Amino acid sequence: MSNVNVYSQRPAGTARAESPLFHAELEKLAGRSVSGAGVTLREKKLRGHLILRGDASDRGFTRAVESVLGLELPVALGLTAKGETSLQWLGPDEWLLVVPQGEEYATELNLREAIGDRHISIVNVSGGQTLYELTGPNVRNVLMKSTSYDVHPSNFPVGKAVGTVFAKSQLIIRHTGEDTWELVVRRSFADYIWLWLQDASAEYGLAIAA
Amino acid sequence: MSQVNRLTRGGRIDRSQPLTFTFNGQNYQGFAGDTLASALLANGVDVIGRSFKYSRPRGIVAAGSEEPNAIMQIGSTEATQIPNVRATQQPLYAGLVAASTNGWPSVNNDLMGILGKVGGKMMPPGFYYKTFMYPQNLWLTYEKYIRKAAGLGRVPTEIDPDSYDHMNQHCDVLVVGAGPAGLAAALAAARSGARVILADEQEEFGGSLLDTRELLDGQPAAEWVVKAVAELEATPDVTLLSRATVNGYHDHNFLTIHQRLTDHIGEKAPMGQVRHRVHRVRATRVVLATGAHERPLVYANNDIPGNLVAGAVSTYVRRYGVAPGQKLVLSTNNDYAYRVALDWLEAGRTVVAIADARQNPRGAWVEEARAKGIRVLTSAAVTEARGSTRVTGARVAAIDIKGFRTTSPGEWLSCDVIATSGGYSPVVHLASHLGGRPLWREDIQAFVPGPAPQKRVCAGAVNGVFALGDVLADGFEAGAKAAAEAGLKAVSGEVPRVDQRFEEPSLAFFQVPHEKSTARAPKQFVDLQNDVTAAGIELACREGFESIEHVKRYTALGFGTDQGKLGNINGLAIAARVQNKAIPEVGTTMFRPNYTPVTFGAVAGRHCGHLMEPVRFTALHGWHVKSGALFEDVGQWKRPWYFPKAGEDLHAAVARECKAVREKVGILDASTLGKIDIQGPDAREFLNRVYTNAWTKLEVGKARYGLMCKEDGMVMDDGVTACLADNHFLMTTTTGGAARILEWLELYHQTEWPELKVYFTSVTDHWATMTLSGPESRNLLAELTDINLDKDAFPFMSWKEGTVGGVPARVFRISFTGELSYEINVQADYAMGVWEQLMEAGKKYGLTPYGTETMHVLRAEKGFIIVGQDTDGSVTPQDLGMNWAVSMSKPFSFIGKRGMNRQDCLKADRKQLVGLKPVNPKAVLPEGAQLVFNTQQPIPMTMVGHVTSSYYSASMGFGFALAVVKGGLGKMGQKVYAALRDGTFVEAEIVSSVFYDPKGERQHV
Amino acid sequence: MLHIHCPHCGELRSEEEFHAAGQAHIPRPLDPDSCTDVEWGDYMFFRDNPRGIHHELWVHATGCRRYFNVTRNTETYEILETYKIGEQPQVTGKPVVVAKAIEGETV
Repeated sequence: MSNVNVYSQRPAGTARAESPLFHAELEKLAGRSVSGAGVTLREKKLRGHLILRGDASDRGFTRAVESVLGLELPVALGLTAKGETSLQWLGPDEWLLVVPQGEEYATELNLREAIGDRHISIVNVSGGQTLYELTGPNVRNVLMKSTSYDVHPSNFPVGKAVGTVFAKSQLIIRHTGEDTWELVVRRSFADYIWLWLQDASAEYGLAIAA
Repeated sequence: MSQVNRLTRGGRIDRSQPLTFTFNGQNYQGFAGDTLASALLANGVDVIGRSFKYSRPRGIVAAGSEEPNAIMQIGSTEATQIPNVRATQQPLYAGLVAASTNGWPSVNNDLMGILGKVGGKMMPPGFYYKTFMYPQNLWLTYEKYIRKAAGLGRVPTEIDPDSYDHMNQHCDVLVVGAGPAGLAAALAAARSGARVILADEQEEFGGSLLDTRELLDGQPAAEWVVKAVAELEATPDVTLLSRATVNGYHDHNFLTIHQRLTDHIGEKAPMGQVRHRVHRVRATRVVLATGAHERPLVYANNDIPGNLVAGAVSTYVRRYGVAPGQKLVLSTNNDYAYRVALDWLEAGRTVVAIADARQNPRGAWVEEARAKGIRVLTSAAVTEARGSTRVTGARVAAIDIKGFRTTSPGEWLSCDVIATSGGYSPVVHLASHLGGRPLWREDIQAFVPGPAPQKRVCAGAVNGVFALGDVLADGFEAGAKAAAEAGLKAVSGEVPRVDQRFEEPSLAFFQVPHEKSTARAPKQFVDLQNDVTAAGIELACREGFESIEHVKRYTALGFGTDQGKLGNINGLAIAARVQNKAIPEVGTTMFRPNYTPVTFGAVAGRHCGHLMEPVRFTALHGWHVKSGALFEDVGQWKRPWYFPKAGEDLHAAVARECKAVREKVGILDASTLGKIDIQGPDAREFLNRVYTNAWTKLEVGKARYGLMCKEDGMVMDDGVTACLADNHFLMTTTTGGAARILEWLELYHQTEWPELKVYFTSVTDHWATMTLSGPESRNLLAELTDINLDKDAFPFMSWKEGTVGGVPARVFRISFTGELSYEINVQADYAMGVWEQLMEAGKKYGLTPYGTETMHVLRAEKGFIIVGQDTDGSVTPQDLGMNWAVSMSKPFSFIGKRGMNRQDCLKADRKQLVGLKPVNPKAVLPEGAQLVFNTQQPIPMTMVGHVTSSYYSASMGFGFALAVVKGGLGKMGQKVYAALRDGTFVEAEIVSSVFYDPKGERQHV
Repeated sequence: MLHIHCPHCGELRSEEEFHAAGQAHIPRPLDPDSCTDVEWGDYMFFRDNPRGIHHELWVHATGCRRYFNVTRNTETYEILETYKIGEQPQVTGKPVVVAKAIEGETV
């Protein structure tokens, strides 16, 4: 563990945090009622995001991860979740771990300790991405306007997550509930995706949740 | 004008809903359910445009997307102009404003028409090639004239008020066409549980069933359509798209559909609605049920208004309640066209005669026509039409097809409509979009889809199956087959009962012989849209253009929006006859997307305006906006370019910003730099292999500048990489290179050196980077950090961890300006708070925000390169004079080492990076200017390099530049001349590329 | 638009998710420094351009970020297989004629 530089990147006190959609002032928009909105958007902001790399064929590694998180390490296109913690397959040796705000540092330390001196990597990317949660009967239409990936439930059941093209950008789509989806959006693209989603959902009615 | 040709009953129009519309400035009335074409015919409008080349009056000839003449300009305002709309596909709405596309200035009194005959002679086939190839510089003049005369439609010059979008679709079975075959296929696939999309270009589903005389299960066919559509609508996962043309069949069963959602309502979509939508469909299987186009016969003056394709006459009578004339002559080579005469009779009109090219037709339709007292002439055809702006007569003569001659002088029959049918051409366009050539079937005298890399089933008329009962059966079978091939359990459908009529085969008959030779007979049109005549094709063949591809390009057959829908087969047949070949020997041309024209709006979809391209912002963008920054696009990023104060221009602002950094302290948002976190025991070895310099001895806590080359030895990227821990590095890349470099590292790790234990993760967006630069930066930072900034505790090219403004930070003491600098990295969520604290604390130090322009000037003064500006993929580290950044002694042959040792890379006279100091200190060389050694040399001069970066330095008081010059590193002090566009030269001295603080003392303080 | 099976994600994805990375199975010489200019030039600059079967390197750029190999018929654009780095192609050699190469094709 001494071979890597790990430290708490979040300030302890009350320093102001600005999520990638801070400038959109969603909390103000959330006050407005939209009757019969087909799509409701919420930024699940300021979560702890960690990229975990390791050898999936090493049982010692997978067991260590599972023991710390209480979550099974998902296989291709899988997403497992428990409470506010979720673990998603990104690639054959790569996962995205999302934990509640501020837990990422302790989680990384716990994981590193449990995994021991195996060759792994854990990288804190909490400031670099955010989650948009989309709920409602027309979310699937909005996704169909945005991505060439097939979002029909027969192909994209709950518990699946894919990295794909979205509008002219790319992101991860996660199906978390029957009418609920999450987008993992990189900070610098957050505004573009937000503008795109407003446009794509306009005909169905877009509501904002805080 | 009243609707003189409107029948009192019948048709699928709503006579209780009259609609007023305008055509070429005149008001008319039609009914809901009309197309623009049917409404114009109802009003007795004969001439709807002028022809492309000869400017001959033209009328409507067809009823669907194959219409070649009635190409309209729609729109009442400039912003809503829509060119190239087929009147046959444009539903009528109240207030529709249409104008002829061809026929400037007026279709009825056409100035060009006077020139027409002259123009015709001037413009034989091959006109473009013969006349316009030389002299080339006249082409623009000619083009303007021709376009104006031909009137190829006009795009609006104002912004389109409508919105368009795209929808990605996936299905097990996509059925193209909702005629009998398509409906049957969709029913079978839907019943099999498939995800089905059914798309049809017309207003309503049903295709030929909407106007057929035949009964299904003893009921009018349209009633069966209603039931079928209702069943499909009620089936889950069935998507029905009407007004939706499947325009392209692309690789791997990817198809594009152009759906017109509101064009039937008005020229502008209602508020909040999308006008056109492109569906991008990935289909496991496709059923092509695209039907067939009826082929007209080719005879003299067959373009006079009143000449119609036979089936269109039936469609207008039965579907739209319009009989476009009084007295009809039908010229045919097949049984099915006889129904047109029966429909005409039932409409209360006169059938003058039917000319049948066959000797002794005895089919059921023929006998029914005879029984109704219609005069049927056999071994005969209409050889010539008469009339100017409307048919007034048809000459029917006896013909000898084999001998290609007339055997009687013929008889002139008085009529105002000539309906013509030369058989049916399957619509093989989509089936051929991937390059598959259609196959000729002698038995039906038609091309059917040939083999192609498409996972599709063809059904109905496109397959050469024409009898209604067979078409339905074929459709059900195709739908079931497609569903089965898509992995579903196929359910077969129940085929409705159809009374099969006895039909005799049609006769191979295309061009009708005339008593004169083709060249001397009145014009016999093959392709009406492009004014291609039978004589033109004969001429092309005589001139040696044998391949149909050459004939096509010589004559323009099948060009334009038409894509050969009506004319191709006739053109082929004529070329075959002239060359004494069989039709398949002549071959067929390629079919390419799109099947019909698509609006640009639909192509763009929502990717326009502020959604045109992704725009990336840093966490500090809001501050830059508030502070009046102007922005520069760097890749997709918006970076502050400079921060002008009131009254400042770029020059003044940059001079002020530069001065602040050199004398006090400035701050730059450097968050866009690419950042890659590298972990693993072999991280150091990996860096040794991908960078040109050595990393073995870089201590924890230190940072180093690195150059990255491609295998050819050319510089690809650069940046500083810091050793965070023994197994942990943070690499920075250029702003534009971030994604590419990560992919590059992965490429080598995954494909060449998988044994190296290392992982790469992008942290570009995670960290916000704020650069303090200038002599006061240490004092300023000290006010907000717990890090010991002492010169020895925190030396140049090292980094420290601590807090800045209460936020955990990694601070790198590296410099891109040559001044004492600190790059402060914090988690992006907290960057704004830190930046604001720095700005506040910085007031007393004169802290000045600066943008990319100032950054460029300052780094250039130091001779620091920008990869991609001072390099262009042909520059080695040695060319840059950066041998210090290359370690030839590293044990592993790093990427680029072998390449930079190629013979060519070792030459002494390669272009090398140097500084240029204009002799006139006020001069600023233009970036990109070519350099010469000898200004006296005649043109073309020997160019020895070019200027890569050039600025005015406020701090040094003169203009300066970086440039690549042949052998420049060995030419210090020599003169070089920058060639300007006005023919003058700017003299400059070759100097070191480091202008400012060459010993680097300032950044080390 | 091609439909490419990513061997890591285990399903077909649209071409726009991928980047093409040139011809597959071009290993970097183990000792570049001992290569002659001709040998090095061959490695650097010369690639096959067959009509028919071609092995290509692609990366699933928006997905799992893994490189993998594709056997593609350059004439029909048909993809005959995809396989992981380090594996060998099952389909090699001259292509069969177009019409027969298309599975499920119906005239």
